[in-house]
Amino acid sequence: MTEHELKQKSIAYRKTILTIINQCGAGHTGGSLSCVDILNVLYNAVMNVSPANFDDPNRDRYIQSKGHSVEALYTVLADRGFFPTSGLDTLNTYQSHFIGHPTRKIPGIEQNTGALGHGLPLAVGIALSAKLDERPYRVFTLLGDGELTEGSNWEASMTAAHYQLDNLIVIVDRNTLQITGPTEDVVALEPLASKFEAFGYAVRSCDGNDVGELQRTLSDVPFAPGKPSLLVANTVKGKGVSFIENQVGWHHHVPTADELTQALGELDRAQQLLKVG
Amino acid sequence: MTYHYIRPEVIANLSADDPFAGLKAQATRHAYAEAIIELAEENPNVVVLDADVSKSIKTNQFAEKFPERSFNFGIAEQNMMAAAAGMATTGLIPYVSTYAVFASMRALDQLRNSIHYPGLNVKVAASHSGITPGPDGVTHQAQEDLSLLRAVANSTVIAGADSVTTKMAVKAAADWEGPVYLSFTRDPVPLIYTDDFPYQIGKAVTVRDGDDVTIVALRDLVMHALIAAERLAAEGISARVIDCHTLKPLDEETILQAARETGGVVTAENNVIFGGLGSAVAELLVENHPIPMERIGVRDTFAESGPYMDLIHKYGLTYPHIMDAVKQVLARKTPVTA
Repeated sequence: MTEHELKQKSIAYRKTILTIINQCGAGHTGGSLSCVDILNVLYNAVMNVSPANFDDPNRDRYIQSKGHSVEALYTVLADRGFFPTSGLDTLNTYQSHFIGHPTRKIPGIEQNTGALGHGLPLAVGIALSAKLDERPYRVFTLLGDGELTEGSNWEASMTAAHYQLDNLIVIVDRNTLQITGPTEDVVALEPLASKFEAFGYAVRSCDGNDVGELQRTLSDVPFAPGKPSLLVANTVKGKGVSFIENQVGWHHHVPTADELTQALGELDRAQQLLKVG
Repeated sequence: MTYHYIRPEVIANLSADDPFAGLKAQATRHAYAEAIIELAEENPNVVVLDADVSKSIKTNQFAEKFPERSFNFGIAEQNMMAAAAGMATTGLIPYVSTYAVFASMRALDQLRNSIHYPGLNVKVAASHSGITPGPDGVTHQAQEDLSLLRAVANSTVIAGADSVTTKMAVKAAADWEGPVYLSFTRDPVPLIYTDDFPYQIGKAVTVRDGDDVTIVALRDLVMHALIAAERLAAEGISARVIDCHTLKPLDEETILQAARETGGVVTAENNVIFGGLGSAVAELLVENHPIPMERIGVRDTFAESGPYMDLIHKYGLTYPHIMDAVKQVLARKTPVTA
């Protein structure tokens, strides 16, 4: 998929995310908008996984540790054909499987997540299995930056380095905001990249909302032989809509009808600019 | 025949001054360590995860035999438990070995959310359950693990009485689809059973016949229940003993039938009285067949450091306490009028 096509998809995904969150009256707007370019690139340009090969033991695995940004995941999986887009209309409604955190009941989802700090150790377990079974698949996991204070991430990081899991790719959605404020005010994470280096990762960073940069970086894994890869994806929380970007309150603020109209208008203009460009 | 599947030397000793003397005994954690090697030889999907207690549990023997299928996570139980979940998604059958305090409490979040919620095929091998780790003190005495695991949806909770049935449980767990929690003793307990014990997860076994009262016991207190029953017989009291090796799913049929036939129940567990075997049986009886009942278990207290037998005696878990509880139940039973 070309960079231009990926950009078009990102805008379309943002429109879907905002629309379904508005429809169901609940969701995590800011985090879904910050990570959706990463999901776009993973599912459309990097990972060997599709509805056709989801039963293949050699498929690449994706574990979304920041389970609350599930609207972005549902949107991308629907677009990839794992289930009809109409399923998203039932988001968070009574008896729908499309609930506020991922579960295996949804086609395309490998594991229930949402308890923060679980995704990385889960991914380490899958990566160990791949090594034991001598299978070629890679394991990608997306972590929020806010959840990095969970100690289990650092336990799992030591394990990943110890077992030389170069089939493990950890992506941190570094949007620098969490629910109660900037990560550096809550409990400072920086210097983050050097912490991960010290734990044994081959670390890179890139603009996590630039699909071209993401595609180039994530196509180059492992970043070093014999080491787990870690990408600090520098993102903007709420990316793509002017009044949502970098606003702590939009962590799980639901767009009102007026806000949705304004946001979709901004995204329409971005789409037109992309066509012209 | 009064006793079923009990070794003759055990029966012969039940009324002796020291009913444990001379009996072959083994910590059930070590029975697990032996069984998992036999299981792994038959089942290539079995892997063992350790958190730096493999010398204690003796799963280091598995690691020597199957180095590629053994994973040491260091002292990091939360990571180990979630990694086991990840492994299970690929078709492996992880046996997660650690102490019960860590399996059931430190890693309970991972157990609940990443294993039981998706129903993954992870087996937890938890040693030092109950207050069997006497000398280690409270930090290593998991007196609540059975209660905690029983409260989690999709859970299967097993507490074998001896090495014979523990080995059977370790193997049966591999064929049981979904999470299984296996609890083991730190200290040696007598080998009670013969090899023809009809082991089936979820199926309690009547190991002694009796008509006046039923003692439902699990893990290390089954032996005490048998001793109590034998000594009560000398006083003219006929006590049935049920080995309820699977706490969950509870064998309601066997327990209710015994309740109806004997009219009184005593439960015995080396676990707190809140939420474990006593609670499970009490819930069953209250809803179906309310009769006099007493519970043997750790009361609302922590224990301390001390020899295993001394400790369980101090905290009211040994056969004299079971005998007293039986007599209290009998005193409360409504006399049957002809």
